[in-house]
Amino acid sequence: MSDRKCDLVIIGGGPAGLAAASAAREAGVKDICILERDKKLGGILNQCIHNGFGLHTFKEELTGPEYAARFIKKVKEQDIPYMLDTMVVDLSADPASGEKLVMAMNKEEGIFTLRAGAVILAMGCRERSRGALNIPGYRPAGIYSAGTAQHYVNIEGRMPGKEVVILGSGDIGLIMARRMTLEGAKVKVVAELMPYSGGLKRNIVQCLNDFDIPLKLSHTVVDIKGKERVEGVTIAEVGPDRKPIPGTEEFYSCDTLLLSCGLLPENELSRQLGVDLSPVTGGPVVDESLETNIPGVFACGNVLHVHDLVDYVSGEAAVAGENAATYLKERAGKAEAAKKEADIRIVTKNGVRYSVPSTIHMEQMADKLTVRFRVGDVYKDKVLCVYLGEDQVSRTAKRVMAPGEMEQVILLKSKLLEIAGGSIDEKHNTLTITIEEK
Amino acid sequence: MSEVKELTCICCPIGCSITVEMDGKEVKSVSGNNCPRGDAYARKELTAPSRIVTSTVKVTGGDRPVVSVKTASDVPKEKIMDVIREISKVELQAPVHIGDVVVSHVAGTDADIVATAENEKV
Ligand SMILES: Cc1cc2nc3c(=O)[nH]c(=O)nc-3n(C[C@H](O)[C@H](O)[C@H](O)COP(=O)(O)OP(=O)(O)OC[C@H]3O[C@@H](n4cnc5c(N)ncnc54)[C@H](O)[C@@H]3O)c2cc1C
Ligand code: SF4
Repeated sequence: MSDRKCDLVIIGGGPAGLAAASAAREAGVKDICILERDKKLGGILNQCIHNGFGLHTFKEELTGPEYAARFIKKVKEQDIPYMLDTMVVDLSADPASGEKLVMAMNKEEGIFTLRAGAVILAMGCRERSRGALNIPGYRPAGIYSAGTAQHYVNIEGRMPGKEVVILGSGDIGLIMARRMTLEGAKVKVVAELMPYSGGLKRNIVQCLNDFDIPLKLSHTVVDIKGKERVEGVTIAEVGPDRKPIPGTEEFYSCDTLLLSCGLLPENELSRQLGVDLSPVTGGPVVDESLETNIPGVFACGNVLHVHDLVDYVSGEAAVAGENAATYLKERAGKAEAAKKEADIRIVTKNGVRYSVPSTIHMEQMADKLTVRFRVGDVYKDKVLCVYLGEDQVSRTAKRVMAPGEMEQVILLKSKLLEIAGGSIDEKHNTLTITIEEK
Repeated sequence: MSEVKELTCICCPIGCSITVEMDGKEVKSVSGNNCPRGDAYARKELTAPSRIVTSTVKVTGGDRPVVSVKTASDVPKEKIMDVIREISKVELQAPVHIGDVVVSHVAGTDADIVATAENEKV
């Protein structure tokens, strides 16, 4: 059977995939296909029934399914083809043509391959596994990841338990603390290993404080009681070395333990293709066009780096969609498909953990380029500084920066060129993002 | 007597830290908010706090056993549990569409409960 061809294949039909598809169509790509393994479009938003989505994009506050519905409607209006219940199982490149081979499977067609001119990775992320729970002994029933519990309650309409302890203060854990409380469960405590919360401040206020649920920072679960089903957990304070401090143990009876230990970009497919991944984010290393080291392969959304704001996902995904369109027009199938060396390398220091993108080609850079990043600790009253070579690009006073909240700087092409004196020379080929004292 | 209160704006995920200067029960100044919503939120939070409530409602004959819902506008914070109790009694028949009013004037408030997702008939 000969492979089908498709100009642009988008893997994942969550907010990233949907926004990328719309933008690529607007930029003139006719032949697009979205592949989604779930039975509905919308991704993780379908189970995020709380509100707080889309304030930046739509100037109103929507719930997850409502936000997704707007993008689904647009994709349907634009007549962009999509396949549901279709899982991509392998990704490779044809060295002769530069085409990407997307192998997928579904019930109707079995296994099939699409030959794509360009691919956008939009597979989202998955929850960190129970490996995070480094406790010897039994694994009784009643231990769930917070996202699994969210699926049970919000999609399947059933409660995992009645008395709950939550380990980890990631957003899903906080949201589930409120959700389970509203459904009649008693959430006894949220324990967080780190001295700061992993989730958004607003979620601490409206999910924990509103319901008097205690948050214990620098605490972890040291023992689980129960053989068949969880009967209770022991929580202890941890020292600066994150090891439990003897004598601080406290027992909580419960039938359910939820783990909310963070998210990891889902990059098995990217790895198969040979995409370079960042050890910090777990997502692909990309340039200003959100293109990976494999020409014609772009990434956006949670597969690239974990976002807490879906508005940023949609914005980022639109950029990936537009750039994929440009690639198809100008570079696909040509010898010059491979990009030149980047002109600028972005370096992060002093608590700035990474940046997306991490390199810039001046030729492809838009007039305004958004660079997003996270910091590694809580910083109060500091200054966020950007340098091109030794020269200062910007200084922004920051009241608070925290690991749970993504930060960004906007680079102006004109400003970079002005600083570098018209073109990027050796003295100006690194851009440093750093945190300084006031 | 003037008093300074620190709060976190919950109107969007940016979560600005807002400082409010109070004179007794009156708000003298609001600072730290990135946008006007923060100002309005801070004044309200210190006088009459309110929240959007989201939950699910049972559905029969649909592609899923529940459909997500929300209060179309804020309800007073102390009414949250009353709202939830009323929602939990409702049972809908598929299909349900986004924006369908599920309960009007829930728990004696001004707010309607509306569906926030599609639930197709199967
Ligand atoms: C619990 C939770 C609460 C959140 N709360 C907020 C909030 O209050 N406000 C806010 O703005 N943002 C919030 N976010 C963030 C926002 O929802 C996410 O950043 C956004 O959904 C990411 O979109 P995505 O398309 O990258 O990933 P996803 O939504 O995860 O979509 C990825 C899609 O790819 C599909 N896929 C994966 N692998 C394959 C494969 N091999 N083949 C085919 N399909 C595949 C998946 O099935 C999925 O549908 C929250 C996120 C979570 C998890
Ligand atoms: S003040 Fe504005 S920007 Fe800041 S959290 Fe509130 S709504 Fe968001």
